[in-house]
Amino acid sequence: MDKNFAARRRRDLIIAAALAVIAALTPLFVKDVVVQNILILTLMYAGLSQSWNILSGYCGQISLGHALYFGLGAYTTELLFTKFGVLPWFGMLAGGVVSALIAMGLGYPFFRLRGHYFVIATIVIAEIGLLLFHNWEWAGAAMGITIPIRGDSWLKFQFARSKLPYFYFALLLACVAWFVTWWLEDSKWGFWWRAVKDNPDAAESLGVDVFNSKMGAAAVSAFLVAVGGSFYAQFVSYIDPESVMGFQFSLLMALPAVLGGIGTLWGPVLGAAILIPLTEITRFKFGGSGSGVDLIIYGTLIVLISLALPRGLMSLFSRPKKTGATR
Amino acid sequence: MGLLYGLIAVGLALIFGLMDVTNFAHGEFLMIAMYLSFFLFAFFAIDPLLSAPLVAAALFVFGAVIYLLLVRFAMRAKANAGMVQIFTTFGLAIVMRGLAQYFFTPDYRSIPQSWLGGKTISIAGIFLPEPQLVGALVSIVAFAGLYLFIHRTDFGRALEATREDPGAVALVGIDKNRVFAFGWGLGAALVGLAGAIMAVFFYIYPDVGASFALIAYVTVALGGFGSVFGAFAGGIIVGLVEAVTALVLPPSLKSVGIYAVYLLVVFIRPRGLFGSM
Repeated sequence: MDKNFAARRRRDLIIAAALAVIAALTPLFVKDVVVQNILILTLMYAGLSQSWNILSGYCGQISLGHALYFGLGAYTTELLFTKFGVLPWFGMLAGGVVSALIAMGLGYPFFRLRGHYFVIATIVIAEIGLLLFHNWEWAGAAMGITIPIRGDSWLKFQFARSKLPYFYFALLLACVAWFVTWWLEDSKWGFWWRAVKDNPDAAESLGVDVFNSKMGAAAVSAFLVAVGGSFYAQFVSYIDPESVMGFQFSLLMALPAVLGGIGTLWGPVLGAAILIPLTEITRFKFGGSGSGVDLIIYGTLIVLISLALPRGLMSLFSRPKKTGATR
Repeated sequence: MGLLYGLIAVGLALIFGLMDVTNFAHGEFLMIAMYLSFFLFAFFAIDPLLSAPLVAAALFVFGAVIYLLLVRFAMRAKANAGMVQIFTTFGLAIVMRGLAQYFFTPDYRSIPQSWLGGKTISIAGIFLPEPQLVGALVSIVAFAGLYLFIHRTDFGRALEATREDPGAVALVGIDKNRVFAFGWGLGAALVGLAGAIMAVFFYIYPDVGASFALIAYVTVALGGFGSVFGAFAGGIIVGLVEAVTALVLPPSLKSVGIYAVYLLVVFIRPRGLFGSM
C-alpha cells in the first residue's frame, strides 16, 4: 500500500479521535436543553448518514428506502420491550439483526436492478413496510406505541430528567459508524465496493464477487441504521409508522452524505454538522406556525447546495485524489 | 382512475424517461395545477373543465421556466448527476410545498359544484362517475396526441436525439436547451391537464402531490423508461391493480398491490414492460 494512503488513514483516525473527545466534552459547556437536543439529532444523523453512505456511497447502490430499516429497528426494540419486557439493549441488537437479514433477503431480487429501477424499488419496499405497519393492529397500527417511562435507568435505556445519556449514546453511534466505515474502507470489501460502484461489469470480470459485496454493504448498512432507529425510539419514547418509517427519513439520512460528499469518509459527518442544526433552527424559528417558511428556507438550501457543489462540501478540501486506493 | 394515473405518468415519463432527468417535484406540479384550477373556479367561476386548457398552458410555461432556471444547471453536474437531480428537484418540491402552505394555508379545499362533480352516467346498466369518465377520455386523447407528436414530428425526433447525444445534435443545429425546455413544458402541461380534472373530485391541499408522485414514478418504471406507450399501459395496469386490491384488502392497503406488482414486474423484467433502457 502506498505511503500517502496509510498516512492519510492514520491522520483521519487521529482527527476523528480528537473530534470525539471535543464532542464528548461539549455537554460541560452546553446546558441548554434545546441545544442539547440539536446536538443529539446531529450526532444521530451523522451516524445514520454514515451507515447509508456504506451502501449508497461506497458501493454505489443508491437506496431511498432506508427508512424501512430505521423503522424496523425502532419497532423491533419497542415491540419486544412493551410486549415481552425484553430490555431495549437486546431489542437494539435484535432490530439490527432483523434489519440486516431483511436487507439481505431483499438483496436477492433487488441487486439485479440498476439505476432508477433500483432506486424506485427501494422507495416502494419502504412504503410497503409503512403501509403494513399502519394496518398491523398488534403493533399499534396508526396509533403507534408509547413507551412507558418508569424513571431513569441505564438498564431500560430511558431517561426523563437529563438528555445526557442519549447524547453519549448518539455520540457512540456516530463514532461506531465512522469507525466501521474507516475500517472497511481499507479492507477487501472497501476495494470491492468502489470497483462495483465504478463499473460492475468490469469488476465482475476481474473476479470481484459483485453480488456478495453488495449484500455485505446492505447488511452492514441496515444493521447500523436499525440501531439508530431503536435509539431514536428510546429517545422520543413514542413511535408511530409515519414518524419512524416515513419517506422523509430515507431522504434525511441521504442528505447529509450527499451534501457533505457521497462516498467519502468525512462527508456524512460534515453534512450532518451543517445541515441538521440549520434544519432544526429554521424549524424552531419559523416552524410550528404552519406557515411553511421553514420549508421554503430548507428547500432553497438543498437546491443551492446540490447545484453549487455536486460532489459535496468535501470537494472544497482539495485532497489528493484517492489514487492510492485504485492501485 | 387508471387512465388519470396514466396521464400523470405520461407527463412524468416525458421528463423522466425521455430526457432521463429525475423529477422529484412532479407531484408538486400536480398540486399547483389543482390549486390553479381551484382559484380559477373560486374567483372567476370558470368550470374546471373549461379552465383545463388554461391550466395546462400555465403549467407549460411553469415547466419550461423551471427547466431553464434550475434543471438545466442540475443536468450540467459532472459528478453524481443522479443525486444532484434528485436533490435539486426534491428541494424544489419542498419549496413549492412551503410556498403553497404560506400562500394558500394548509387547509383542505375542494370545488363544491361543477358541471361534472358528483354526477354519474349510466352505460349499459353500469353507473360511472362522470368526472372520472371525462378524465379517462381526456387522457386517451392527450395520450394519442403525445404519441403521434413524439413519433411523427420533427420535434419528437429532436427530443429523442437530444437525449441520445446532445453533442451530435448541436452539430446539426438543434439547441438542446430549447428542445428540453419545450419537453419540460409539455410534461408539465400534461400533468396540469390531469390536475385540472382531478381538482373536481379530490381535496386540494399543499401535500396532495406527494401521494400521487410515488405512484407516478412506479407507473413510469413499470411501463419502462423511455417509452410513452409504456407509461400509459403502466397507468392502466396501476389503476386496475388498485381497484382489485381495494376489493381484497382494506382500502388503506390499496397501494400495496401497486407496489407489489411493480416489484414483481421488475424482478422478472428489470427494464419494465416496454422499457428501452
